[in-house]
Amino acid sequence: MDDQFADLPPARLQDLLHQMMLIRAFEEAAEQLYLQGMIHGTMHLSIGQEGAAVGACAALRPTDYILSTHRGHGHCIAKGARVDQMMAEFFGKETGYCRGRGGSMHIADVSTGNLGANGIVAGGVPMVAGVGLSIQMQRQDRVALVFFGDGAANEGAFHESLNMAAIWSLPVVYFCENNQYAMSMAIARASKIERLSDRACAYGIPGVTVDGNDPLAVYRATREAVERARSGGGPTLIEARTYRWKGHSKSDKQRYRTKEEVKQWQERDPIARLAQQMIEASILTEGDLATLQARVEQEIIDAIEFAKVSPEPDPATILEGVYA
Amino acid sequence: MSRELTYAEAIREAIDLAMARDERVFVVGEDVGVYGGAFGVTDGLFQKYGAERVRDTPISEAGIAGVATGAALTGMRPIAEIQFMDFITLSMEQLVLQAAKLRFMLGGKVQVPLVVRTPAGAGTGAAAQHSESLENWFVHVPGLKVVMPSTPADAKGLLLASIEDPNPVIFVEHKLLYRTKGVVPEGDYITPLSQSEVKRSGRDLTIVATSLMVVRALEAAVRLAEEGIEVEVVDPRTLKPLDAEPIVRSVCKTGRVLIVHEACKTGGFGGELAAVIAESEAFDYLDAPIRRLAGLDIPVPYNRELERRMTPQVDDIVAAARRLVREAR
Repeated sequence: MDDQFADLPPARLQDLLHQMMLIRAFEEAAEQLYLQGMIHGTMHLSIGQEGAAVGACAALRPTDYILSTHRGHGHCIAKGARVDQMMAEFFGKETGYCRGRGGSMHIADVSTGNLGANGIVAGGVPMVAGVGLSIQMQRQDRVALVFFGDGAANEGAFHESLNMAAIWSLPVVYFCENNQYAMSMAIARASKIERLSDRACAYGIPGVTVDGNDPLAVYRATREAVERARSGGGPTLIEARTYRWKGHSKSDKQRYRTKEEVKQWQERDPIARLAQQMIEASILTEGDLATLQARVEQEIIDAIEFAKVSPEPDPATILEGVYA
Repeated sequence: MSRELTYAEAIREAIDLAMARDERVFVVGEDVGVYGGAFGVTDGLFQKYGAERVRDTPISEAGIAGVATGAALTGMRPIAEIQFMDFITLSMEQLVLQAAKLRFMLGGKVQVPLVVRTPAGAGTGAAAQHSESLENWFVHVPGLKVVMPSTPADAKGLLLASIEDPNPVIFVEHKLLYRTKGVVPEGDYITPLSQSEVKRSGRDLTIVATSLMVVRALEAAVRLAEEGIEVEVVDPRTLKPLDAEPIVRSVCKTGRVLIVHEACKTGGFGGELAAVIAESEAFDYLDAPIRRLAGLDIPVPYNRELERRMTPQVDDIVAAARRLVREAR
């Protein structure tokens, strides 16, 4: 065994692998349930991007905050949410994380520091400066990490937030999941610069681009940013390059990319990659992998069952929660 | 003990009291620090509480709204200042799609106790992009509260109530009211949100007015009284959630109602008030149609006379009230 895993004990690595497999299984199941008409609305799947979500959250403590995106199921699971309550939310049930009021795009789990997915591109980006300021003013030992996509990096609010976090040295990590497309708009068509992390220099903060399909590389880059934030060194902009295997949402005919391109990225599957690395390093066996897979499948079966048997919201409560 | 303060001083006193007793309260906005705010409302707070709690921001209205929302979500009590209500258009996404909705959308598991203070209104010669009255945009958004004080005492009590409220509050101040004076109680007190108040009693006609128009309606009422017309003036104070009962009760008594606000008539709060009255038991007591007197449907003009004509003046209220009292159903 070489020292590539020196900073992560085998049990922790298995946790990360398990989380990635759980995200994948959860989203595949959700998609199937949607196709069967059990779930309505839409959903934005992050299949193929699990390495970024899990690598980033692995560098955070349970007390640290995240703000997530419309493609946020992975962030949610990686931060510690329960898949049964997530699935119940997909089903619109009272036992879901948002009591069936939010759905896929708004799942939050405040108990694990997840302040919520967001239906607005860059919606969480201005807010994270406030969360960071709140941490700083309350002298808390916390960090706030905001996930956003390559599309969000072109919203005006991105600029305002990074600038404010920079001038106030807020304990914030800006984590851009560059999955190559803002719906159909390729990042190469949407930005003149090669690396989105280069934008960090405009705010006088560090920026780093990392392979988002390498969860360990993501973990290490995020850990460095988190340590900087925690010790008063201010924000960092991380760009994790990854790829969504599925369409933007359920209406996407994917006319803007080729099957060959998708296939090339699928060969860089972050889950297969970490499993292979662990097997080669003799800290995981094929048998362990099969056991993990069986465990994940059972967790999803249980989650679906929980969601199915859970009660619908009582229509008499429809007005609840508008005001505190 | 009471003494006279200006509207701006009353607001400052409320902020000062809230900051003194609650470390979670802080002020954030453009030029709120050493400068004291564009209208001087936060003057002296920077010297008393320092740069951390009276925090100047870059010119970033979306960022200010985001900072307030994120901080409110995680245990702070921000008071954000948007320098002119016109500029709140740049904050809309964070206020309307985030702050307002988060609690409901997340199943009631979070609170967003923030206050956005913002000066609205025409009459300063600042023309179309520094004179807006956009309160009704926010009235239309579930999850937000909208407060518009008309007197120094209300400004203080309502602001203290807004800061204590666990919900996002859009607190609309009027530039022309900042220097008006009134008796303001000393110390800590709350004027509860969602309590309309009868500012003057009368039997012939109800005028429901907001913000600066309350002051003008009261002036008009004095003149009308000289002609023997007794006007009742009701100030909703909180536009949302609205306390309709005192308004309805007043219209039941007088049988006539004139609604006065400065914002453009079309799509303004007056339409909502008219509908609330028409849907209520007051409908059966109406002796004349419900009338609205509001801003013209134009951008605020620069020219002094055009600007004056754009918004309801005391003369306009007197004339409209007189006409209405003479009208029969």
